[in-house]
Amino acid sequence: MSDASITDIAQAEQGTSLWHDAWLRLRRNRLALFGLGILVLFITIALLTPWIAPYGYAEQNLDLGASGPSAAHWLGTDIFGRDLLTQIMYGGRISLAVGFIATAVALLIGVTWGAVAGYVGGRVDAVMMRLVDILYALPFMIFIVLLMVVFGRNLLLLFLAIGAVEWLTMARIMRSQVQTLRQQEFVEAAVSLGLSPSTIIRRHVIPNALGPIIVYTTLTIPSVMLLEAFLSFLGLGIQPPQTSWGLLISYGAETMEEYPWLLLFPGLALTLTLFSLNFLGDGLRDALDVRGSRD
Amino acid sequence: MWRFIAYRLLQAIPVILAVITVTFFLVRVAPGGPFDSEKAVVPEVKAALEAQYRLDQPLLTQYAAYLGDLAQGELGPSFKYPGRSVNELIAAGLPVTAELGLYALLVAMIIGGVAGIIASLKPNTAQDYLPMSAAMIGICMPSFLLGPLLVLVFGIYLDWLPVSGWGDIPGDKILPAITLGSTYAAYIARLSRAGMLEVMTQDYIRTARAKGLPEWQVVTRHALRGGLIPVVAFLGPAFAGLLSGSFVVETIFQIPGLGRFYVQAAFNRDYTMILGTTVFLSTLIVLFNLLSDILAAWMNPRLRTQFSEH
Repeated sequence: MSDASITDIAQAEQGTSLWHDAWLRLRRNRLALFGLGILVLFITIALLTPWIAPYGYAEQNLDLGASGPSAAHWLGTDIFGRDLLTQIMYGGRISLAVGFIATAVALLIGVTWGAVAGYVGGRVDAVMMRLVDILYALPFMIFIVLLMVVFGRNLLLLFLAIGAVEWLTMARIMRSQVQTLRQQEFVEAAVSLGLSPSTIIRRHVIPNALGPIIVYTTLTIPSVMLLEAFLSFLGLGIQPPQTSWGLLISYGAETMEEYPWLLLFPGLALTLTLFSLNFLGDGLRDALDVRGSRD
Repeated sequence: MWRFIAYRLLQAIPVILAVITVTFFLVRVAPGGPFDSEKAVVPEVKAALEAQYRLDQPLLTQYAAYLGDLAQGELGPSFKYPGRSVNELIAAGLPVTAELGLYALLVAMIIGGVAGIIASLKPNTAQDYLPMSAAMIGICMPSFLLGPLLVLVFGIYLDWLPVSGWGDIPGDKILPAITLGSTYAAYIARLSRAGMLEVMTQDYIRTARAKGLPEWQVVTRHALRGGLIPVVAFLGPAFAGLLSGSFVVETIFQIPGLGRFYVQAAFNRDYTMILGTTVFLSTLIVLFNLLSDILAAWMNPRLRTQFSEH
């Protein structure tokens, strides 16, 4: 059999690949699709905000003050007459950015750490995972509060602090994946071909462990966003003049008696996003068959 | 079992030491000394203050002295409230936070447990979907949003319950307990559902049914113990979550507990207070994780044997 025909067969097989299968299964899950739709919408809005926001970010209208939803201001205005929809759009940029970037940091550290520990094994593995165990036992929420107090409240630190905490589970998942994978024949074949461990990890191990990682990533983003909102609500996260959904909720809670919409709409934006991510995560877990066979 | 407990205890010690060390040095390298903000402090006064708080000594000496203090249960003075010690603030705040946490945990376990078990009895029916959708809402509705919303509806619009305070007006403990407990009720509902579903397929459940036990006895006498193990294992992390959740809930409802002290200390940059409370809270969390692990091992003999085979 020539090389060409092997590729042909491989291409013909693509139609029923794991990813195609997963997509077919995901498409049947209405809640997950709904989540995906909302997310795509929110992310698109966040990316385009500077061009499509109905008002300028800093634009005030002190004569107007706080007003309920109207034709000019769909979601109303705050006590300075700032358009709430505009605030929520800009806040969403930060909230989503924190969610995605901090998760990316966690993904990078966790996957590398877990892959190395699982692949190398032995004493290296024992030391690396013992460190993860110890870090696991740390009360990280308190530590993040501490970090924000000590080093001042800046955005970059927030990304790093949250990412540095969330990588632990990722490392554990990755390690157990790698331990299973490295006993497979194709890894053995790669070893006997003389590929270096780092190439094997990058080319053969990580791609095959993608399913659980994607699922866990989707579920990490909402917990990171919650953490950011929690800190911002306490006044320890995002600082004015920047804003985020957590900060808007915190302002809204202060004046909710007179102007309940200032609490409701940012709260709705955050809850809807968290819902979507969780539904999508659950759907992906079923679609990629992560917890083992479904029936 | 004893070997398991001893092993877990030994594991907890380096963690607590790490917490103390990291916190101590983090707080010491923090930019801005604690007395820098006071504008007109005479150099002599500042020196005296620094001597009193041992800030004039080398860092390692301070660290050693702090460890010595801790060994005697002395968490240090407060920078911001002269004459008050961290111990006093904790003694004042802990009972309040503990009571709040206890109520929240009760709310979480009763509502979550019942919802999860009910859902697991008829999977993939309305009896399953309804409580599980509610649980999803609970997970996606953070306490800092749920709290204000509950206050708005039950405190302000309906005027049924007081909106702040702790033990001043009858009923003022209800909203904080629900706010703090709701997220955990949601998690417990999901965990107990999954746990019960798994247990119900086991052979010993089939045996129990085969010998003619009514279904409710099968559930209460045979399935619950195994099915709730994941819930027990979750109690440790839940406790940590309840403590940090109390930061928000105590702030919203103006409850004079540990959580609010901690947030205030963070705002005031009251370093000794932050250091003391962090060490105290962290130790508490580590111990509770330990306790919940031991409890889970006691309920699930397999965890123990797995360990002794090592």
